[in-house]
Formats: sequence, C-alpha cells, structure tokens
Amino acid sequence: MSTTEQGLEGGTGPGTDWQQVQDSDEFGRLRTRLRVFVFPMTVLFLAWYLVYVLLADYAPGFMSTKLIGNFNVGLLIGLLQFVSTFLITWAYVRYASRRLDPVADKIRAEVEGDAQ
Amino acid sequence: MNLAAGVQGSNPTLNIIIFAVFVAITLVIVFWASRNTRTASDYYAAGRAFTGPQNGIAISGDYLSAASFLGIAGAIAVNGYDGFLYSIGFLVAWLVALLLIAELLRNTGKFTMGDVLAFRMKQRPVRAAAAITTLIVSLFYLLAQMTGAGGLVNLLLGVSGDVGQDIVIAVVGVIMVLYVLIGGMKGTTWVQIIKAALLIVGALAMTLWVLGKYGFSFSGLLQGAVDRAGGGAKGEALLGPGKQYGKSGTSKLDFLSLAVALVLGTAGLPHVLMRFYTVPSARDARKSVVWAIGLIGIFYLFTLVLGYGAGALVGADTISKAPGTTNSAAPLLALELGGPVLLGFIAAVAFATILAVVAGLTITASASFAHDVYANVIKKGRVDSKSAEVRVARITALVIGAVAIVGGILAKNQNVAFLVALAFAVAASANLPTLLYSLFWKRFNTQGALFSMYGGLVICIVLIVFSPAVSGTSTSMVKGADFAWFPLQNPGLVSIPASFLLGWLGTILSKERTSDKYAEMEVRALTGAHAEKATTH
Repeated sequence: MSTTEQGLEGGTGPGTDWQQVQDSDEFGRLRTRLRVFVFPMTVLFLAWYLVYVLLADYAPGFMSTKLIGNFNVGLLIGLLQFVSTFLITWAYVRYASRRLDPVADKIRAEVEGDAQ
Repeated sequence: MNLAAGVQGSNPTLNIIIFAVFVAITLVIVFWASRNTRTASDYYAAGRAFTGPQNGIAISGDYLSAASFLGIAGAIAVNGYDGFLYSIGFLVAWLVALLLIAELLRNTGKFTMGDVLAFRMKQRPVRAAAAITTLIVSLFYLLAQMTGAGGLVNLLLGVSGDVGQDIVIAVVGVIMVLYVLIGGMKGTTWVQIIKAALLIVGALAMTLWVLGKYGFSFSGLLQGAVDRAGGGAKGEALLGPGKQYGKSGTSKLDFLSLAVALVLGTAGLPHVLMRFYTVPSARDARKSVVWAIGLIGIFYLFTLVLGYGAGALVGADTISKAPGTTNSAAPLLALELGGPVLLGFIAAVAFATILAVVAGLTITASASFAHDVYANVIKKGRVDSKSAEVRVARITALVIGAVAIVGGILAKNQNVAFLVALAFAVAASANLPTLLYSLFWKRFNTQGALFSMYGGLVICIVLIVFSPAVSGTSTSMVKGADFAWFPLQNPGLVSIPASFLLGWLGTILSKERTSDKYAEMEVRALTGAHAEKATTH
C-alpha cells in the first residue's frame, strides 16, 4: 500500500483513470443533473427560510394577523416551512431515484469492473 | 423555596425506578449488540449494517436532545411564538444535510469528517484541524447536555444541594461511558433508537391528551394559553413573534444571527455526520435523512402543542418559578395531565434523552481522536494492529467521560440553550464551509481548508467570549465584569460568512492544486464507486 501524503488508503483500483471518468459525457451529465437540482433548491429553501425569519423579526404585526380563530399568519407561514421541507425532501428522493441513481449505478459498475 | 421537595406531587422514588428500568433494559441490549464488535468498522460505524429507517430513527434520537424536548416546549410556554422559531431552524437545517452533504460524505469517508477532507488534501494538518473542531463542538454540546441533567435532577428526582446534583451528574456520565465502551456505535445506536421511540410516543400521547382537553381545537388551546397569561394584549403577545427577540434593533439582529447558525449548523455537527457511516450505502444514508426529517418534523409539531399546552394548563408563572425554570414546562405538563406516573415516564424519557445524546457525542469525539489524531497524525497511518486504534478510542471515551462529568459539575449553572446555540455556531463556522468547498469546489486546497476551519473556529470563539452572553449583563456567565464589545449573543451572522471568505482566500493564496485527487473524489462521491462496504457477520 502506498503511503502518500494524501488520500484514503485502500479501495482504489489502480486501473481506474479517474480523470478520464470525470471528463466523460456520462459523468458530466450526472454532475449537471445533481447540481441543477440541489443548488437552486438550496438557494430556494434558504431564501424562503430567510423571508420567514425576517418577517418574524421585522414584521411581527403582520405575522400576528389572525386568520381563523386564534390561528394567525405567523403560525401559517411557520407550518408552511414544515410543509415545504417535507415537499422538498419528497421531490429530491423522487428526482434522485429517477434521474441520478440509474446514471450513477452505470458509471459505478464500469469503474468497479475496470479495477478488477 | 425548598428545592429538596422537587415538584409538588412528584414521586422521586417512582421516577428513579422508571429510569433504572430504562437503564437496565438498554444495558442488556448494549451487551447483546456488542457481541460482534471486533474491528474498527464495527466499533465506529456499527459494521455499516444499520438500515436506512433504523439509522433515521437513531439520528432523530441523537438530534432531539434535552434542548429540543425540554427547551423548546418551555420556550413556547413562556415566550410563545418565539420558541417555535427554534424548531423551524432545527428542521429546515436538515435539507442542507439531505441535498448537499449526506450521500457525498458517505461515499468518500470511512468514520469521521476528517476522512472526507483528507481525501484530497494533506492528511495530517487537515485531520488535526478536523479533530480539533470535532472535539470542541462535541464538548460544548456535551456540557450543555450534562448541565441539563443537573438542572433536571432538582425538578424530577428531588435531589438537591451541590453534592446530590454532582453525584447524579457523575452517575449519568458513568452510564454513558459504559454504553460507549461496551457497545461501541452499535450499542449507542440501539440506545438512540429506543430513546427516540419512547420520546416520540410519549410526546404524541401528551399532544393528543392536551388537544383532547380543548376538544381538538388548536385555536381553543391557543385561547387557553392567552387567557392563562392574563388575556388582553399581554396574553395575545404569546401568539405572535417578538415577545423574546423583538425588544430592540440589537435583539432583532441577534435573532437573525441565531436563525442563520441553526439552519447551517446541523450539517456540520460531527455526531450527525458520523451517523451517515453506519449504513451500507449512500442510498441508505439518503433514506435515513428522509426518516429523520419526517420524525423530527412531527416531533416539533408536537412540541408546539405541548408548549402552548404547558402555557395554558400549567401557566408561565408557575413554570418560571419551578426549579429548572423553562426546562420544567414539559414535565410539569405531564404531571398536570397524568399525575406522578406520567411525570415519572416523561422524567425517565428526559434522562434517557440526555444519556443517548451524550453517548453519541462521546463516541464521535473518541473516534475523531483515535482515527484522525492517533492513527493518522501520530502514527501516520501505520497503526501496529487493527485493535490498537479501537483501544485508543475506548481510552479516549473514558477521558471524555471524565471531562464531561467534571465539566458538567463546573458548568451546572450555565444556560443550556446558550451552550447548544454555541455548538451550532461553531459547527456552522468551522465545519460546514470546508465540507462544502471540499465536496464541490475543484480548486479548493489544504490552505483553504485550514484557513476556513481555524479561522471560523477562532472568530466564532473570540466573538462569543466578548459577547454579552459572557459578560456585561445580569444573565451573563461571568458576573460583575464587562469586557463585551460584540453586541450579539450568537456570532453566526459574522463568523459563518467570514469562514466562507477565509476558505476562498486561503485557497487562492496557495499554489497547491488537487484536481487529480478531486477527479477521483468527485467520481466516487457521486457514484459510490469503491465506497466502504458493510461488514457481514
């Protein structure tokens, strides 16, 4: 086993040209598909969370507006944060299993086959 | 007020018996789970053999600490809506872990956060830095839990006086070290699963009970809380934001800072990260986060009802005057609803919560020391035998247990929520930027990682030391001194962007390029090729 200054020991197939895999169209597609989903989604949920925090912080009057009985805008938006978190989780799992996992599995099989 | 009496109507003997039964059952399970613990992978990562759902339940057990259960319910009972804001930050934070961290981390590491960073950078300096931030975050979190244990003792067991409390803190510390020494990650995980189940079932039962009292009308429950708080504008203030944080421009900014630290802290908490290694694959890691989000989300909905329920049925005044103040809201509500038996159950669950979280923190901190510092920095990856690393981890767990007991005794009068928020701020400042850069930025290098981690850590801690949380106000840690010049209690708003900036600056100021290693890392991270496999027994 080589004791280089960097990297994990073991597991790596010496036969794999990682640079080549990384440059392949197939891997490029996987990376694009992942980033196209997770980056905008992260911006979206952080912005939505920030809107909520800023409203609670600087517009308490608006948040205290009653809707039904004692149920007010603040509770509604707060509960919508729960709903959006659950929905984004569900959307990601669906997207990943349809658009990411099949490509990842294919490349992985090629890479692991290579090394043996 | 006679603290020795604990709470009126509480039965300390009953509480202790229920708690002892929990400890006995879990210890048997820990012994049973430890039969097959042989290798480092078994000890640190439970042989990577837990299923996604099991790990998801364990994550929620790890994450729903005393601060979540007792702290949030109490904050809602006393401060109303402002307490609810904590739960939302704690929950939304999981999306960062789900989308950006969990799967990639599982694919590129073995046991610790240091593994991921060491993948393409100079091993020894980044592992040392990762171990230092891991130990510091874990220690703050650990102290918060131990402090919470001390505070609860007064309330629930009727143990009072310094000696009594110290003994209970020591007992908690010894049991938790036993879990970790005997059971390793597998035993710890089972303790967390059992605790999560008890906590969620207990909270569900109380939630339904409270709602039942108001004819399952949430609005009716809110009205009850408003009336109990004196009605009128004073009572109505419970329903909207601002009661706690809306006082001044600074307190509003402080709230923003806290909110940022909460949402970015979770994905940098070492004991959360380490849990992703206990499953066989990245896909199971994904599944575990999904389960965790579901369970944690539902639990925080329960605490909303429990908090307002405690406000309505027990009353904010009674809670504030009880030993343990706001932390006593949930137990007092249990007493009000179901008498001493329900209180005993909830008390045992609260202790179980502290035990399980503390055990999780201990195994994380000891793994980081043994794996990153001992095996890779001191021994340079050439450990004499496979069991030597695990032996060091066990010794470290003993030391951490001792530190936790002593620290818990010394810090027992500190504010629990403050220590937890501090842990989140340090995690978000020191760990998260480096992890994200390392996983997604090709140009990132060793100097960038060190700038970001040490810079984030130092800025965060310096700002805390010179904040009003430490000196200058009547509620500060240090009384009678004022050396505070940073206006905010939570440093996140400054220290997190600073850490991102330093990571970028350190990177471009260094000539080192790691694109070759990044090619391997990115392919492995995204595809799971050559990821660590589960061991079979």
